[in-house]
Amino acid sequence: MLFFSFYKTLIDEEVIVELKNDMSIRGTLKSVDQFLNIKLDDISVLDEIKYPHLSSVKNVFIRGSVVRYVHLPAAVVDTTLLEDASRKEAASQAAKAGGR
Amino acid sequence: MNPLALDAAALPSIIFTTAAQLVDCVDRRLLVVLRDGRKLIGILRSFDQYANLVLQDTVERIVVGSLYNDQPRGVYIIRGENVVLVGQTVRLCLIFMIVIAIIVLTPMQDPEKEATPLMKHVSLDEIFEAQQQESDSRRQREELKNSKLIDIGFSIDSQAEDMY
Repeated sequence: MLFFSFYKTLIDEEVIVELKNDMSIRGTLKSVDQFLNIKLDDISVLDEIKYPHLSSVKNVFIRGSVVRYVHLPAAVVDTTLLEDASRKEAASQAAKAGGR
Repeated sequence: MNPLALDAAALPSIIFTTAAQLVDCVDRRLLVVLRDGRKLIGILRSFDQYANLVLQDTVERIVVGSLYNDQPRGVYIIRGENVVLVGQTVRLCLIFMIVIAIIVLTPMQDPEKEATPLMKHVSLDEIFEAQQQESDSRRQREELKNSKLIDIGFSIDSQAEDMY
């Protein structure tokens, strides 16, 4: 659930989502869910010549399973906080595994 | 206490579930892109947490370069795993304005089909021909690439169509 929470902190930031079919979509992150499905607003496709069918589309729901990368603005990522949260998550996972 | 703050706490404006993301798309005409590259445009009537979708009055938009043709297809139940993205087009009032502009400018054309300004609507025969040309040239490029790779000692994996 760490990345779900992390994505929630990025709401309203501008991101670029690269899909597994090599299409890249820039837009404002509006929502994310447990599968890391992503909803983007005010989108623009980076290679509009290659994908003209999206030129009239203004907001998209992208299925989490087809996402390859999400490019984030460096300024909005608190890496120390993220590292901390990762350690905590790992520790709680380990505690759970040990308790079994 | 600030009543606005209270409201925000009681009713979080964004609920982070698949349902919340898709519920405002219901009863709207959407563009759905599938994993095999097909583009379906239909009215979303139902969905679930896997992004399984029900589309009504669907047309399949065959796109080759900047040419396209819409084929009526009917009702679709799409299994969620095949969905790449679900796109909402510009709001109805904007489409309406564009439609009005197009009716004024080109009275002979079907206004709905011109909602995508970069693309040109062509007949089924023309789109099939363009599709054929595109797949031929892709195959030629592929064969050339493979022969070059074999020349320098690479083996060729079977070319998977599905990139996902």
